[in-house]
Amino acid sequence: MNKEKLVYGGAVIVGVSLIAALLVALVLFSIGASPLATYKTILTGPLSDVFGVTEVLVRSVPLLLVGLGIAISFRSGILNIGAEGQIQMGVLASTAVALALPGLPRGILLPLVLLAGALGGALWGGIAGWLRARLQVNEILSTVMLNYIAAQVHTFLLRGPMLDPNELETGSGTPQSMRLPETAFLDQIVPGTRLHTGLILALVAAVLVYVLLWKTTLGYRMRAAGAGAKAARYAGIPVEKYLVVAMLLAGGFAGLAGAVEVTGVHHRAIEGISSGYGFAGIVVALFGMLHPGGIVPSAIFFGILLIGADMTQRSAGVPANMVLVLQGVIILSIVSAQSFLRNPYAQERLFRWLSGFRPKKGAQP
Amino acid sequence: MTAMLEPISELKLEGITKRFPGVLACDGISLQVRQGEVLALVGENGAGKTTLMNIIMGLYRPDSGTISVNGEPVHFRTPRDAYARGIGMVHQHFMLVPNMTVAENLALGLKQLHHFMWLDIKGAAQKIRDVSERYELPVNPDAYIWQLSVGEQQRVELVKTLCLGARLLILDEPTSALTPQETDDLIERLQRMASELAIIFISHKLNEVKALSDRVSILRHGAVVFHGQTANHEPSELAALMTGHDVTLPRNEGGGPPGEPLLSVKNLRVRGDRGNLALDGLDLELRAGEILGVAGVSGNGQREFADALAGLRPVESGEILLEGRNLANRSPRAIIDAGMGYVPEDRQTEGIVPSFSVKDNLILKDFASRQFSWLSFLRRKEIDRNAEQLKERFDIRCPSTHTATGALSGGNIQKVILAREIARGPKALVAVYPTRGIDMGAQEFIHSQLLDRRREGVGIVLISEELEEVMNLSDRIAVIYKGRILKILPAVEATRERLGILMAGLADPDPPAASVHPSAGAAHE
Repeated sequence: MNKEKLVYGGAVIVGVSLIAALLVALVLFSIGASPLATYKTILTGPLSDVFGVTEVLVRSVPLLLVGLGIAISFRSGILNIGAEGQIQMGVLASTAVALALPGLPRGILLPLVLLAGALGGALWGGIAGWLRARLQVNEILSTVMLNYIAAQVHTFLLRGPMLDPNELETGSGTPQSMRLPETAFLDQIVPGTRLHTGLILALVAAVLVYVLLWKTTLGYRMRAAGAGAKAARYAGIPVEKYLVVAMLLAGGFAGLAGAVEVTGVHHRAIEGISSGYGFAGIVVALFGMLHPGGIVPSAIFFGILLIGADMTQRSAGVPANMVLVLQGVIILSIVSAQSFLRNPYAQERLFRWLSGFRPKKGAQP
Repeated sequence: MTAMLEPISELKLEGITKRFPGVLACDGISLQVRQGEVLALVGENGAGKTTLMNIIMGLYRPDSGTISVNGEPVHFRTPRDAYARGIGMVHQHFMLVPNMTVAENLALGLKQLHHFMWLDIKGAAQKIRDVSERYELPVNPDAYIWQLSVGEQQRVELVKTLCLGARLLILDEPTSALTPQETDDLIERLQRMASELAIIFISHKLNEVKALSDRVSILRHGAVVFHGQTANHEPSELAALMTGHDVTLPRNEGGGPPGEPLLSVKNLRVRGDRGNLALDGLDLELRAGEILGVAGVSGNGQREFADALAGLRPVESGEILLEGRNLANRSPRAIIDAGMGYVPEDRQTEGIVPSFSVKDNLILKDFASRQFSWLSFLRRKEIDRNAEQLKERFDIRCPSTHTATGALSGGNIQKVILAREIARGPKALVAVYPTRGIDMGAQEFIHSQLLDRRREGVGIVLISEELEEVMNLSDRIAVIYKGRILKILPAVEATRERLGILMAGLADPDPPAASVHPSAGAAHE
């Protein structure tokens, strides 16, 4: 039964991707690019050498972490659009801790820095959760607004209080923090590349999220609150409380993604560090059917798309932003597919259409 | 405008077959209905009634078989095609926009009222007045839907369907949400209308079928198993044909010593959703081993009473004492732990999490108990074992316990809820409309389960609008009216008529002078 559902869901995802690819092909065609060549570059280019593969994985790590958090919140019935802001808060919190306590030994400092990032994100997500639970503030509205606030706080701190003093002296004024002490760096997995141990952390997190959601009573409560708030309330589950918990966790994962970007890749807080991972993570989570088992491959797939898009820009002259178009089309396709699957009449009409105008036995005019 | 329609003298279905993946929903169904005739289409849930009607309306296309109107084959692709030939359907769940007026709701479906930028609302109102006069279905075209009672909304649906030109009406369980009075009223009106129209009446309430229809067709597992003249057959005979075996709804035979007082509700005041006092000084006492029926027209505080008992609605004043402990304003969890069981009104959204599997729904209240979890990890094996056992014991028919509960039929969903509540071993059980819209077989099972619990000493509050159900199962019957208990009478003294009068808020006619004016409050035996 569950296997069937998985196969069916997988088939839907594949079908949706094909439709999305076709629609984007139309757009590519209309700007004068060759859709086939573009897709070939996007999908095979990044995987043609070891460096490409490691870069794909570097991009997948934050996508995976954010996607896991999104899955927790969506499963719990709260639509978190605020991962972008939560990442930035995680970046600020982890950087601040690393710079404030440079003397600590690595074994203490690194976990502390990651934890700080998670807490920063959790705090930011928790605000939206609390507003929803207490005051019925729509979480889509509040998380989007909190994104703006986080972006401004991030900019303010990096240009003001947290600006690297060297930047002031040398005069270039690039808005970025001081470099972190090396004791706060994540190790490299493949020497000479940017691939870092954050990947292992993210994969472990995926397993933990699976266990949390499907094997523990906390996960049961959150899923019940999300899938049937009324029934959960009748069964004595305080739904509002678990909305807050879900947002704390979702924000925590986004914040952790920010901290991992700081400690693994950039080694300092810079502007634009979240680079849209917060929004792409939503697509990753939906594309992965809100299940860690789907989100891991989905994150890698979107990692390929991001790197591939950079390559097409160089090789085929197709703007890298086409990937954003692709993401948008994928979201629309998934959402339409979901509402299609909920509507038996629409399915009937499709099957009717697919079976063509071949006259049915006994139904001739 | 409807003049262009020829009257429907005959609708005929021949050999209609429709297959869904894994299910044969309709298996060579043939039936016909003529003008001036009421055909009752009877069958349990899942027998294929609704699929068949959706085929007639053009929502589904049959795999094989023909539909003909007045002897001419037709192929409907959408409901609009069906309406164009004079066939209209009133769905079980009303298709009305609550914050629009009756006339505006009609205009939604009537293209000829739309003239470029201008909408002919006056025309719509006039049409409604014409139709409602002609068929004696009083409806105010300027009323907003949300202001209307369920019975009035039902009339609006009828008028709307007639205004759209339907001369053959398909009514899908039209009485499922009506009070006994509204039901009687509707049946009477339909009888009068039948001479000019053709009506297909879908129901599994056999006394209504008996009262209204000329002929009856019974569906079982997608096939017609019986055609006949209604007048020649008794309801019990039809019930047996419908379920495939003899059905006798069990009755409370009385007996058993009167138990200790278990639950007492004192002077309960609770506000409704609009801030009105929906319960205004309700008093009630339930003993162990007793079924106390609460009868009343819906909207007289039943919903708020049930919510308050479950801890889901704040109690303004008054007490809910379960074995002497006050549960008013305690959390739902505390009330559950105190031993209160609850079968909620809306089983799809309040009783179960539809997307959860059967086994997960069976532990919805106990997943954190030591039986089903260990250090906050779920004990999957124990959960599976529990599910298999309850599936067996409560005859839950599902492909497996992994199946999403929302995909089951209403009767089986109710069995899942009942299994969960009863397996917890409650002291008191509140059952709200436990068999609403459920087929006879499941109804029989649920009733006998409730009676078994009564014998075991559980106290049961049965809130229902089905007078038969209340009279069959209860030891005593409390009539609720405007948020108070108007009267409590022993079930043996209750008759349909007497309850009907009490439910309308009138003084009790039976023992003369015993009862006083309703505003004087609760009168007890």
